[in-house]
Amino acid sequence: MKLALIEELAALATRRQPAALVTDLTSGAQRIETAATATGALAEAIAADKSGEIDIDGRKHFALVRNPPPRIIIVGAVHITQGLAPMATLAGYDVAIVDPRGAFATSERFPGTTLSQDWPDDALTALQPDTRTAVITLTHDPKLDDPALIVALRSSAFYIGALGSKKTHAARVARLKEHGFGEGEIARIHGPAGLDIGAKSPAEIAISVLAQLTAARHQKPTAR
Amino acid sequence: MTSRDEDLLQIAADWKRAGNDVAIATVTATWGSSPRQAGSQMIVDRDGRMLGSVSGGCVEGAVVREAMEIMDDGKPRLLDFGITNEQAWEVGLACGGKLQIYVERVE
Repeated sequence: MKLALIEELAALATRRQPAALVTDLTSGAQRIETAATATGALAEAIAADKSGEIDIDGRKHFALVRNPPPRIIIVGAVHITQGLAPMATLAGYDVAIVDPRGAFATSERFPGTTLSQDWPDDALTALQPDTRTAVITLTHDPKLDDPALIVALRSSAFYIGALGSKKTHAARVARLKEHGFGEGEIARIHGPAGLDIGAKSPAEIAISVLAQLTAARHQKPTAR
Repeated sequence: MTSRDEDLLQIAADWKRAGNDVAIATVTATWGSSPRQAGSQMIVDRDGRMLGSVSGGCVEGAVVREAMEIMDDGKPRLLDFGITNEQAWEVGLACGGKLQIYVERVE
């Protein structure tokens, strides 16, 4: 593999452009195609985010698909977030933390993480959640959680989760209905967020949320 | 140290720029149960330093040996591993799966 190809893949990743490195397994010849240039089986592989062998002009090729990394936007720079952010990073996600309360979203509490102190709706609008983005609200404060959820519900985020008890969630559902969202739309929100694994500590709750989000990403049905 | 698959090629490029010989191993196909899916990668340099994985640790040793030869001759190879392999006990897959790995040198 030529260094120039590795550099080109890196440049495409920086621009969040889906691409594939295509290797002719017989000759060893390699080239890069993007979602814009790819056709047929290669275009399908890129869209499905699935590396694998494909047939091009009767020859066996391997497509190494490179999509922009999945992302988690966490609203609330709280104790759970201090566990969730590094775990999500380890699992391969880009992490962005949103919390307008200055004392929470500090680089001291979250070293090396993208932090936004904008109001959650502005922050989410700027971050543009796409099909490779999950949004999770952890503040427990409707003033902060609701604006984020409203933007998330209007996006194609693959996972939306909101922390809080069943009672809190019922109240949240009622408020979102007042904003004009239908039951089907609101049902996209995993609330209370996280798989029921008996999580107690902030780190355990982070595990339950990350597990649920992983299942959503791979479209694996789980008990809520 | 763990690394995202997305970062491995960059690290391989860094090692190469630092003057090391580097090979990249990529899982191209799997059959049956296999812990790492197609597209999973491992990088290895001349000193045997390695990062990433192509199986659950079953065949990495054999891949490193092949990678050394490929660093010498520059010819990429497609390696087959599976329980039907002659060397099953040595480099076979305990899980009973089969996989194919493409190994190439960074140029």
